[in-house]
Amino acid sequence: MSDPILSVRDLVKHFPITQGVLFKKTIGQVHAVDGVSFDLHPGETLGVVGESGCGKSTLAQVLMRLEPPTSGTVTFDGEDLFAKSGAALKAWRRDMQIVLQDPYTSLNPRKTVGDIVGEPFEIHPEVAPKGDRRRKVQELLEVVGLNPEHIRRYPHQFSGGQRQRIGIARALALRPRVIVCDEPVSALDVSIQAQVMNLLGELQTEFGLSYVFIAHDLGVVRHLSDRVAVMYLGKIVEIGDSESIYERATHPYTQALLSSVPVPDPSLRGKREVIRLTGDVPSPADPPSGCRFRTRCPKAEAICAEQEPPLVAGESSDHPSACHFAEVRQVLPVA
Amino acid sequence: MTDAAPLLEVEDLRVEFGKGADTASVLNGVSYRVEAGETLAVLGESGSGKSVTAQTIMGILDTPPGRITGGAVRFKGEELLGADRERRRLLRGESMAMIFQDALSALNPVYTVGAQIAEQFRFRRGMSKKDAMVRAAELLDQVKIPNAKQRVKEYPHQFSGGMRQRAMIAMSLALDPELLIADEPTTALDVTVQAQIMELLDELRRERDMGMILITHDLGVVAEVADRIAVMYAGRIVEEADAATLYAHPAHPYTRGLMASVPRLDSSRGQLDPIPGLPPSLTNIPPGCPFHPRCAHADFRGRAPQSSVSGDRCRTELPLLRVLEDPAAGPEGHRAACHFAEQFVAASPEEVLTP
Repeated sequence: MSDPILSVRDLVKHFPITQGVLFKKTIGQVHAVDGVSFDLHPGETLGVVGESGCGKSTLAQVLMRLEPPTSGTVTFDGEDLFAKSGAALKAWRRDMQIVLQDPYTSLNPRKTVGDIVGEPFEIHPEVAPKGDRRRKVQELLEVVGLNPEHIRRYPHQFSGGQRQRIGIARALALRPRVIVCDEPVSALDVSIQAQVMNLLGELQTEFGLSYVFIAHDLGVVRHLSDRVAVMYLGKIVEIGDSESIYERATHPYTQALLSSVPVPDPSLRGKREVIRLTGDVPSPADPPSGCRFRTRCPKAEAICAEQEPPLVAGESSDHPSACHFAEVRQVLPVA
Repeated sequence: MTDAAPLLEVEDLRVEFGKGADTASVLNGVSYRVEAGETLAVLGESGSGKSVTAQTIMGILDTPPGRITGGAVRFKGEELLGADRERRRLLRGESMAMIFQDALSALNPVYTVGAQIAEQFRFRRGMSKKDAMVRAAELLDQVKIPNAKQRVKEYPHQFSGGMRQRAMIAMSLALDPELLIADEPTTALDVTVQAQIMELLDELRRERDMGMILITHDLGVVAEVADRIAVMYAGRIVEEADAATLYAHPAHPYTRGLMASVPRLDSSRGQLDPIPGLPPSLTNIPPGCPFHPRCAHADFRGRAPQSSVSGDRCRTELPLLRVLEDPAAGPEGHRAACHFAEQFVAASPEEVLTP
């Protein structure tokens, strides 16, 4: 396999909880991302799934250098991302772009589509000379399936799906190599969602993109991802290629997630085993000792509170899974 | 009225918003019925009119800007659309109740959860403040909120998302309604919590023999709990059948398109078959079949027809919701609003749509 384009090691992001107005003192830490490691290879899609509050969006922010990390390293093409500054940082920003979830708030309502999609060229004028920009923007609109004549329109004149296409065109403008997609289709209706997912797939083939695809919808992630990482309370609990995660999940959290997804087939009603989790996700400001999932885990034993299970493959799991009692369990209906 | 009248009957309901050229026809003749103990799922995308129908049934549609221009809503045979405000107010909570998608904005942030539930007992049942709080705690216990006696004194922001939704369910059940309308009850929740809430709703419906209208856009949720399903598009019901029939052989190209758009957990990568284009603007619904500009089978688009379906009728003649001859359908039958529904019913869900 080729060298990874993005390599993340022990990435940690804690947010301080402060008290006091004048003399702020830190009284705790929110452990948003707590030791995440993975590799992303060129042309590959890594899906990141998890429930709200598991740290998947913070991970995106840190990867984009929108938030400084607490510790850990990220290398992009073999170079330390957090060591970059000045011209090197600016040059790197061309290579990595982000598509955000909410197509309503992520576009400036007072700018035309032409301005929004063309703004990257203002910041990086070396990519497109001034006279060429309009044509470039129109090309981009066409690539994402919008009418190039709509370049003077404003975001409110477009539907949700079309706005998400505008956001994708903006991310594509500088011909990045990696795009971080943070819940890009969650706000869309199902028929429009399918259109945007197909678009993302086509763009990947056309431009050889790598995606970090963050979503909570397990069906969407399976559809687009080569490999999948499952996050719980700031940690990756299981990672592997798509098939091994969906067909041979060994972590009880992954199994519970998969079994909770309603299957659009009434003939399976009542025949499917659903692993019900009790209670809520603990606060990331005070995560449980040992295994973080133990408070909701049906398999939890004494060792789970004492020792944190490492994310490794073992006899019972052909891919890394952070559980003392990892074992394969068939949770999806056999097709 | 006679006992034979269904719990709820909506007939040819029509609602408009706005004036003149900007008039949006939001509901264009919606009819459905719900019996006691039954779950009817109303499936549709944003703007299809599923929530407006529910608001009209509950009598909480804002008029203006909305205008009810025709139709009937009958609860156990009693016509509601002409009824006076006081009668409608009494029916709300007592006979029909509703839960909403966003529990945080549906609950009042400055009152405790208990006080908001107890309010109904105090003003509708004349209970004392103390008795009402005891009843509120019992209800929280029934919706499986742990430690209900303490939690009853807490404020909505102290509850997690799933617990707020439980509290809202408790509130809606306070006066033992016979009909519960759940408008996207789990859309804002995580999948593990969604499973808990859907199970709770189904359990409560069975225990109390309530009729339930479940409004959702999630084909998975529908398949798990619905007895019957009504699919809405552009303010009309385009297909209605029992759950098994609808999924096994959908008769309307829109329903088939929806099913082809859903990425499945149990199959890996490949192209999805989305419905092309966008839903129509409700101020300018296309003539003929409102779905024809997006329909792969209306052959006027210049493509070779993929079946023997022909297109001109689709452009000019509005297909009405009619009963299909479908031997596999349940006793309630299978209805669809497509000129060529018979041909789709005969095919398997994937067949006709794959070029």
